[in-house]
Amino acid sequence: MTLDASITLQLGALDLDVELTVAPGELLALLGPNGAGKSTVLRALAGLVALDGGHIVTDGIVVDDPSADVFVEPEDRPIGMVFQDYLLFEHMSVLENVAYGLRARGTPRREARARAAEWLTRVGLGSYSSQRPRALSGGQAQRAALARALAASPRLLLLDEPLAALDVGTRATVRRDLRRHLDTFDGMRVLVTHDPVDAYALADRVAIIEAGRIVQAGTLAEVTAHPRSRYVSDLVGVNLITGTVHDGILTTPDGAIVVVADAEPGPTYAVIRPHSVTLTRTPPTGTSARNSWPGTITDIDRLGDRARIGIHAAIPLTAEITVAALHDLDLRPGDDIHATVKATDIEIAPA
Amino acid sequence: MPAPALLLAAIAVAFFALPLIGLLWRAPWSSAWTYLTSDTATTALRLSLVCSLWATALSVVFGVPLAWLLARSGVPGRGVIRALCTLSMVLPPVVGGVALFFALGRRGLIGQYLDRWFDVTLPFTTTAVVIAQTFVAMPFLVITVEAALRQLDTRHEDASRTLGASRWYTFRRVTLPAIRPALVAGAVLSWARALGEFGATITFAGNFPGTTQTMPLAVYLSLESNPEEAIVLAIVLIVVSFAVLVGLRDRWFGQPGRLRPVAA
Repeated sequence: MTLDASITLQLGALDLDVELTVAPGELLALLGPNGAGKSTVLRALAGLVALDGGHIVTDGIVVDDPSADVFVEPEDRPIGMVFQDYLLFEHMSVLENVAYGLRARGTPRREARARAAEWLTRVGLGSYSSQRPRALSGGQAQRAALARALAASPRLLLLDEPLAALDVGTRATVRRDLRRHLDTFDGMRVLVTHDPVDAYALADRVAIIEAGRIVQAGTLAEVTAHPRSRYVSDLVGVNLITGTVHDGILTTPDGAIVVVADAEPGPTYAVIRPHSVTLTRTPPTGTSARNSWPGTITDIDRLGDRARIGIHAAIPLTAEITVAALHDLDLRPGDDIHATVKATDIEIAPA
Repeated sequence: MPAPALLLAAIAVAFFALPLIGLLWRAPWSSAWTYLTSDTATTALRLSLVCSLWATALSVVFGVPLAWLLARSGVPGRGVIRALCTLSMVLPPVVGGVALFFALGRRGLIGQYLDRWFDVTLPFTTTAVVIAQTFVAMPFLVITVEAALRQLDTRHEDASRTLGASRWYTFRRVTLPAIRPALVAGAVLSWARALGEFGATITFAGNFPGTTQTMPLAVYLSLESNPEEAIVLAIVLIVVSFAVLVGLRDRWFGQPGRLRPVAA
């Protein structure tokens, strides 16, 4: 009862060759920049593009295998898909949109509408059932699209950048809602995103995709702590901190304190990029930086001219410095160090 | 807008308006009703309406799949197929009529077998009128619908497929509603073209009152015998065509022929 895919295909300039597996109940995030092939992976899983080579097996059933001449049409796969801009059908009511999958599979009209109404209530859109999709806000449209995809009881849910079309203000709320609704779905899920915060909030496991190849996969903690390439390090090798903001101060569940700028009160993600962390042997004095934590070096990874320094402090941190700085300071694991970060270098996203 | 351009544009408008004004000026208003209700006029009008609606229906039934083929399929030689199927838009209609005659006439390529095996003779029948009108009218529907199909965001169709809808169900419930404005516009244009058809009709179907004499033919014929009647019938055709164009502009051309994405 898993998804097992080995996807080889050429599409224009894209040369895709990835392998991935998803266990039941698991959410895999495919993380990468635009054009890396993330969405094409989803389209291949959905059957909207056919493989050139490899295979896709969902729940033990082969749905695509060119070598065996097997290709199951999208409508016959046990999938649901949420598209980036939701693609609700404008000429139908919200209720008809959600009932569409059931109707298409032959469920009688009355029953399909009743079940669609249940789904709309579940995602909090009960009062919008007779509205046209254009009456919905971005977040509501996303919930309607999710309800539409889930109403037909798929085994595999595919989410293509479900948060990218939203403005920053609504994103956190919608992300939280999405997480709640995704948690109630026990099938397999594949999420495509370019935002590490989405992966952090929603995914069990991540696969980093670059130019059509998966360059690293694992839990987000593993990947962010030990990125194996510059590329991965730039993309996800960040320090992600959760906590609650009050009066411009973020307090972590462990009680550590981070000074942040322009943060609304409430639950918050803070992103500290490793290259924003300054290391000093002695406590910094006369500095404008608002955050300075004493800690101990746990490990040192070298990636070309840069070194990533793992630090055990009130907040576990990774710092990125040049190899020259590493030598100048003569840093070694076990050394005491001070890690300093300007409040304005910390990116904030409401959780 | 510079004055010379404005002047040229004004001349262009006058160029189109003056013939109409000329007709209206010569129209026998006092006896108009008599001409309109005469046998020639009512018979020709009824025949024109029936034939042009048939031609429109046939254009939709065959034209939409043809537009689909041209817009979406990977059939090789689509450019040639498109040129072939829209040739009758630029061809002199008389030539079209002659061509139809050699294909479907009693001695024609297909017509000889229709005659021999099924005892069906097409030329100079009402069916021939419908065929001639469809021949010149369908391209209008095909190019309008093809353009709409090309513009359509096919991802809505993708979304439909992932929801378990077959290609046919997707076409009926997603594609067709999305291209409906274009389909209506194309059908109305086809209808207007069929209504005004003259050359192919008179060549292939002849000019028999009651069976093949449509409005344009009646106008042409009565020009010799009764110019006043011709003017009245001509004005009827102009009014109908004008109303169609005005209606089209406001109701259909103003709308985008595709699904709009949700405001994010």
